[in-house]
Amino acid sequence: MGLELYLNLLSQPSRAVYIFAKKNGIPFELRTVDIIKGQHRSKEFFQINSLQKVPVLKDGDFILTESSAILIYLSCKYQTADHWYPSDLQARARVHEYLGWHADCIRGTFGVPMWVQVLGPLIGVQVPEEKVERNRTAIDQALQWLENKFLGDRLFLAGQQVTLADLMALEELMQPVAVGYELFKGRPRLAAWRERVEAFLGAELCQEAHSLILSILEQAAKKTLPTPLPEVYPTMLLRIARIP
Amino acid sequence: MGLELYLDLLSQPCRAVYIFAKKNGIPFELRIVDLIKGQHLSDAFAQVNPLKKVPALKDGDFTLTESVAILLYLTRKYKVPDYWYPQDLQARARVDEYLAWQHTTLRRSCLRALWHKMMFPAFLGEPVSPQTLAATLVELDVTLQLLEDKFLQNKAFLTGPHISLADLVAITELMHPVGAGCQVFEGRPKLATWRQRVEAAVGEDLFREAHEVILKAKDFPPADPTIKQKLMPWVLAMIQ
Repeated sequence: MGLELYLNLLSQPSRAVYIFAKKNGIPFELRTVDIIKGQHRSKEFFQINSLQKVPVLKDGDFILTESSAILIYLSCKYQTADHWYPSDLQARARVHEYLGWHADCIRGTFGVPMWVQVLGPLIGVQVPEEKVERNRTAIDQALQWLENKFLGDRLFLAGQQVTLADLMALEELMQPVAVGYELFKGRPRLAAWRERVEAFLGAELCQEAHSLILSILEQAAKKTLPTPLPEVYPTMLLRIARIP
Repeated sequence: MGLELYLDLLSQPCRAVYIFAKKNGIPFELRIVDLIKGQHLSDAFAQVNPLKKVPALKDGDFTLTESVAILLYLTRKYKVPDYWYPQDLQARARVDEYLAWQHTTLRRSCLRALWHKMMFPAFLGEPVSPQTLAATLVELDVTLQLLEDKFLQNKAFLTGPHISLADLVAITELMHPVGAGCQVFEGRPKLATWRQRVEAAVGEDLFREAHEVILKAKDFPPADPTIKQKLMPWVLAMIQ
């Protein structure tokens, strides 16, 4: 059995891994995990990842979780082009600097609108307006830092070429975009960055990776989303409760 | 000007950077940024790090923030022993995996435990509801269990038979709730013996030195109203 990637294209870090593997021609078996239904909470999937999350990489007996770790592993094992994860000391440090900040300020924050508009309602939970507003403010502030500190007048977030940082960022930003947040309005530099990243990845790959998330509102309206199983309710409720 | 490290040993990530630099004999100028005096919020420090956070590293013209980035930079630049961040692809991936996981889990739980149990009531004079504190301590408990079950398991250290950056980052995090009086290691013999191994590997004197501030945090005099007003927005944003 070759490389297996356990993913769901509704998940931001899953998309980053998927796009990276595809863009770099890394052969893998796609194992889709239905995270809305709750397949990640199954006994079978527990054997793959006891943390019950996607993405997960399985390379023979070697199982690896955490999207940034997976991306770094793939870039090293498959010796992808240097720009993704530069070997230069300072350039690489900039990628890690972004990933550290991303974990604190982007991850979590940018997923909230999806929970508010789609996932919460799927289990009959409405997130209070006050929390929605607070999240909007947090998103705004994060975008300011993204644009001013990380992008600045550079072409990409960690330098003049595309790195893992840009991929992680883009996929988080797609989440609120998919539920109608106009993140790039009034942010021409960030909009230009997004276009550059998507141009680099290629329209076809972007469409392939983004079509599921971009159709989420339509699916919700048509009631064609999977029904969450009872065993996944507690984690969903916990996640919603953690929205500040 | 050589390497400068802007730190406050009250902060968990600062402790990891401090211990790592000292343990590996990396020469640096220590620049203390006193968090409870609000020095990180000053214009002067914003020149170093506009994000107003510690730790920060300055190596000539190169300024770097984020503790994991700093640790990896020091690892590579100063060619420290391999076990800290192994060359082996899979061994290294294990360290990367832990360093990624801990941001939203252990780091968050430990920070909230310190502030909800001690810093809010004792230092800032802000009461914390029993429900909030209880929820935070439950979350810490769950995270500690994951640390043991998913990462440590039956190994000597988190990612294998040797200490790595993962252990350093984890232990400095766990000292936060310890400083707040939480029973982190009691009733968790596996974690307790791991702690002893990490302390021994780091060196007990260095470990004690790095943790003096957090272990005395319970004796901080209450913040005066001006300081409190200055710090509140930062604290609230930090522990969201």
